[in-house]
Amino acid sequence: MKPKLALYWASSCGGCEIAVVDTELKILDIADFFDIVFWPCLMDFKYKDVEAMADGEITLCLFNGAIRTSENEYLAKLLRAKSKVLVAFGSCAYEGCIPGLANFFDKKAIFDCNYKDSISLEESSKGVYPVTHTHMPEGDIEIPEFWNTVKSLDQVVDVDYYVPGCPPQSFQIINVVEAVIDILKNGKPLPPQGTILGAGDKTCCEECPRERKEKKIKKFYRPQEKIPDPDECLLDQGFMCMGPATRSGCDALCVKANIGCRGCYGPPPNVMDQGAKMVSALSSVIDSTDPKEVREIIGTIADPLGTFYRFSMAHSILHRVQIKENGKE
Amino acid sequence: MAEEKKQNGWDPKIAAFLCNWCTYTGADLAGVSRLKSSPCVRIIRVMCSGRVDPTFILQAFKKGADGVFIGGCHIGDCHYSEGNYKTLRRIEFLKIFLEQFGIDPNRLRLEWISASEGDKYAETTLAFEKQIRELGPLKLQV
Repeated sequence: MKPKLALYWASSCGGCEIAVVDTELKILDIADFFDIVFWPCLMDFKYKDVEAMADGEITLCLFNGAIRTSENEYLAKLLRAKSKVLVAFGSCAYEGCIPGLANFFDKKAIFDCNYKDSISLEESSKGVYPVTHTHMPEGDIEIPEFWNTVKSLDQVVDVDYYVPGCPPQSFQIINVVEAVIDILKNGKPLPPQGTILGAGDKTCCEECPRERKEKKIKKFYRPQEKIPDPDECLLDQGFMCMGPATRSGCDALCVKANIGCRGCYGPPPNVMDQGAKMVSALSSVIDSTDPKEVREIIGTIADPLGTFYRFSMAHSILHRVQIKENGKE
Repeated sequence: MAEEKKQNGWDPKIAAFLCNWCTYTGADLAGVSRLKSSPCVRIIRVMCSGRVDPTFILQAFKKGADGVFIGGCHIGDCHYSEGNYKTLRRIEFLKIFLEQFGIDPNRLRLEWISASEGDKYAETTLAFEKQIRELGPLKLQV
């Protein structure tokens, strides 16, 4: 009996599915070793197929996507029950990723923007909000509920392992799959619950080939403001680079392409909050001891919160921005 | 003071990170001098205000602090030379963060209080308590 594999996408972009398929010929080995029993993106299985399975029947489930709706949450709980090993695959499931940026707003703001205020709405459509339950003569229509806060997978179910990245790099996915096959074939012990797989245990700076000197930053530059030197550390040059507060494992792709790391592999080991750590890192290199000047230098960063929590907002200590009612806190 | 206490049964919880060499000793001096300082302050002693990781501050708010107070040596007098410069920058940064997070940045306060300034410790903690009472409890939406 082949071990059973499931892949599911909750609130996601589909990039993780592409990353899996990008393992190219390795996908044939995966399909050969595993019996793929659920993969909505690529194969025609239905939810009722999963509901009909016994608990723990699925050997391995790679769950990508954040938890935005009641449907996402239902599938997270269903797949947790039916899977022996549940992996939070990719940044969305691990830490919220881009869908997690919706936590800068709330359901009301998002719905108002999309269904009332958007300039691309026809007049007759403005103010028509989705309703979870509609009764029609032919029958009842149900759509999922839209939760107010985006959650990571481990905020709704117990997660066994995490594979970070937006998306996880294909060579790392191959590493993870080979390790899993090794465990299943040769009876090797499973790593401790909560282990981060397919990534390193240092920061992105370790993998970066650029030359680092002492940092004294008087101004932060946005990517369009000047041409980066290809050999010097980007942060040294004043470009925003999340490298110091990001886990290694991607082989420093972005910095090798002359753009600062965005932080998609999540926080380094033993770091609870990626944004807070970046504040700490940058505070060490800002070249000023005058509060007013310090504020001005920080002011050259366009959107500190959005930049430092681009991937990890949902998983951060505060999870979300506090929405003010009537301008009060 | 007595009337201000127990407004609607609530007292502010203020987490304070005080540096060992200056502010903590200043707080101690306030104590032996019998000066009245805020009873709402829960002190955590650190060796240097530069030890205060922004994570601690966010975690303090998450765990129920209505205000966070950081006390360090005066600029130029840090026991470890440069620690408080980093604190200064981190707190400036964090205030911008808190504003973006929708939390009033006045809930985070940085003061330079030396070992001989027991009276300043007493005054500033009482003033901070009053400010937090005005701001009210921090109820975080999750």
